[in-house]
Amino acid sequence: MSIFPPKERVWWNEPIEKSEVLWVTLALVWALVMFFMMPYWHMTGNQNLSNEAYKIRPEVFAERTEAFAAKYTVREQGETGIPVVRPPAGSDVYMLGRMWEWWPVLELEKGQSYRLHLSSVDWQHGFSLQPENINLQIIPGYEMILTVTPTSSGEFSVVCNEFCGIGHHTMVGKIHVIEK
Amino acid sequence: MSDHKSTQGEGPVPLMQQLLDSPFLLLIIGVGMPTVIYIIWGIMEIVAIPVAP
Amino acid sequence: MAQFRTCPDTGFAIDLNADKLIKWNAVTAVVFLLVGGLFGLAVALTRWPAVHLLGADDFYLALTAHGFDVLLVWCIYFEMALLYFTSSILLKSRLALPKIAWAQYILMLVGAIMTNVAVLRGDSSVMFTSYVPMMAAPDFYLGIILFAVGALLGCVVFFATLYIAKRDNTYEGSMPLVTFGAMTAAIIAVFTILSGAVILVPTLFWSMGFIGSIDGLMYRVVWWAMGHSSQQVNVAAQIACWYAIAAILFNASPLSEKVSRTAFLFYILFLQLASAHHLLVDPGLSSEWKIFNTSYAMYLAVLGSMIHGLTVPGAVEAAQRKRGFNKGLFEWLRKAPWGNPVFSGFALSLVLFGFLGGITGVMMGTEQLNIITHNTMYTPGHFHGTVVVGTTLAFMAMSYWLVPTLWQKELMFPGLAKWQPYLFGLGMGLASVFMMGAGTLGVPRRHWDISFADAAMVHEFPAAAYMMMGLNGIAALIGGVGGAIFILNMVGTVFFGKAKQPKAAAAEVPNIGGAATTYGSAGTMAVPGTFVLALVFLTAFVLYYFVNWKYLSDVWGLS
Repeated sequence: MSIFPPKERVWWNEPIEKSEVLWVTLALVWALVMFFMMPYWHMTGNQNLSNEAYKIRPEVFAERTEAFAAKYTVREQGETGIPVVRPPAGSDVYMLGRMWEWWPVLELEKGQSYRLHLSSVDWQHGFSLQPENINLQIIPGYEMILTVTPTSSGEFSVVCNEFCGIGHHTMVGKIHVIEK
Repeated sequence: MSDHKSTQGEGPVPLMQQLLDSPFLLLIIGVGMPTVIYIIWGIMEIVAIPVAP
Repeated sequence: MAQFRTCPDTGFAIDLNADKLIKWNAVTAVVFLLVGGLFGLAVALTRWPAVHLLGADDFYLALTAHGFDVLLVWCIYFEMALLYFTSSILLKSRLALPKIAWAQYILMLVGAIMTNVAVLRGDSSVMFTSYVPMMAAPDFYLGIILFAVGALLGCVVFFATLYIAKRDNTYEGSMPLVTFGAMTAAIIAVFTILSGAVILVPTLFWSMGFIGSIDGLMYRVVWWAMGHSSQQVNVAAQIACWYAIAAILFNASPLSEKVSRTAFLFYILFLQLASAHHLLVDPGLSSEWKIFNTSYAMYLAVLGSMIHGLTVPGAVEAAQRKRGFNKGLFEWLRKAPWGNPVFSGFALSLVLFGFLGGITGVMMGTEQLNIITHNTMYTPGHFHGTVVVGTTLAFMAMSYWLVPTLWQKELMFPGLAKWQPYLFGLGMGLASVFMMGAGTLGVPRRHWDISFADAAMVHEFPAAAYMMMGLNGIAALIGGVGGAIFILNMVGTVFFGKAKQPKAAAAEVPNIGGAATTYGSAGTMAVPGTFVLALVFLTAFVLYYFVNWKYLSDVWGLS
């Protein structure tokens, strides 16, 4: 019984029932398949994070984002006062999280790639692109860079999904993707 | 069957069983492994992140 | 000199110190389950859009308290009881260092109350994870630190008891498998607590103003070595309970000591690495680090879990077949005591943990697949599948045996107890499924208002997402009733239960020891029924895993 010591002093050499051996073998094979799926997807898949990142002071990131927005602003998002920024295809794009907005609003072209820089200037935030359901952790002091290629067009929301204080549930940003 | 059983528990204790019968050795391994592979390696990665140009 | 009493049900010699400590720890655990459960219910009812019970302030406060009280306090208090039970009682030894053990109890209590007070005061609604640079009051961190120090003392007592039991030859040969499982939990607990100290002590000083800042990424890496590993303690403890229940109800022996203990060894070596599950979409950590850690070193800890998933029910099947339930593949299962909450709780815990907690955890812990689940409702969906319908249900099942046995009292409401595991398992199992469903639709976790009523810009979630959150609320209510019945039964039994009549059942015990001893001999212990069930599990696992790769392949290109 499992609540008593093993009957035999030496139990390591006891034979193992064959269905147990078979199951351990199957499980091991499956474990290896799952393990190698990850490097395999790095080689063949289209959804991988670059892990390119830099340490950055929040005020420096804010300056760069403001300079970026000043350069490419095309209009305002409705009545919100938040600029809509339309960067050229293939360029560096900035979005910052702060209590409680994602700034600025971006307008991207479908099928084009952009180097997206993300960071926070205050607390940790969660970048959650909806309805695509792409989710990233945004940490102040770190600039995360990834290349995004929108494959669908329309209006997308960036919801914050890391708790960031009492206004957390009002923190929504937008990314517009237009067809060329 | 009973024959089989009586010889089974004899002889020297195999090395792997000795390991599994040593709580303090397992404790050291169980704390050491994740400390090295997860924490120390992880902190080295963070330290190695370059400062933004 | 330690004093002992003899348990009339089991014949075990019980150290009176251990007896008292197990009782106090277990009762305190149940009290915090009640507190944490009520907060949880308030959270679920707030996230039910049509009910939206609490205001934003209270919601974030309740969510912080819910996480701390059930994830940490309930589980670890119960585990302390298990550690003392599996060391002192199962090894027939006195409990080492009883004064230290009492210090464990008191420190954990002081810590738990201190942190609860800080949260209830309203200035420490930082969530259980308390990510910096969001700051809580110093006593929030201090309470967790005291609680952890207490838990560490409990581990010291456990290992010291293992040591004196071996030295005094209170048992022969190797320790019982159940004790080995508890030892696995204790080893992981030591790593958990040390990691917690490494990060929370500086964070405490920071909140007191002695340290300028704490790096956000560094915090996450080290905090999760505690936060995730504490749940791995639960997994190991819960599996030790599974083996214990199989032995208690069916006199089941492990199919193979070697295989089961090796599976626990995989836990000792690799389970804690899974702390990386939380950092897969964090900036700056390399894919090499992420892949190696998130896969518990090539999924060897998952292999361990899959082994337990076969050997626990396999041991039951073997024992049942020995009793003559040999017809077909599943007679052993049909003739199991489904009306006994010890069994039904155990069986549901095993199945639900595997399907709801296990498969989903491995899926979302895959480096790239985490992109489509991180911080969505999928995450709490997954861990309600592990820690609630897995661990909590296993601990409930264990309590249905442990409490009447230790207190020598009849269960207060045996009729209700019959239904309790089904209500709780079904309710919380469904809650887990609905949360995961909502997460798949993108609903964020830890969010007061997914209609964004006060926001400058609005995102409209699909109607199905609202429905999922509503169904989650209903399921949580059902589970809550199940939880309430459990607590009522335990408290009622302890304080008002009728004393057990001494019965002739004690004669059963020695008989038991001889009934199923020929484990480990090939050919005699075939478990075809369990094997078929295991294949069903593996098929579901493979399908679900690849379906999610398909989902991922449909989202925007990222590189």
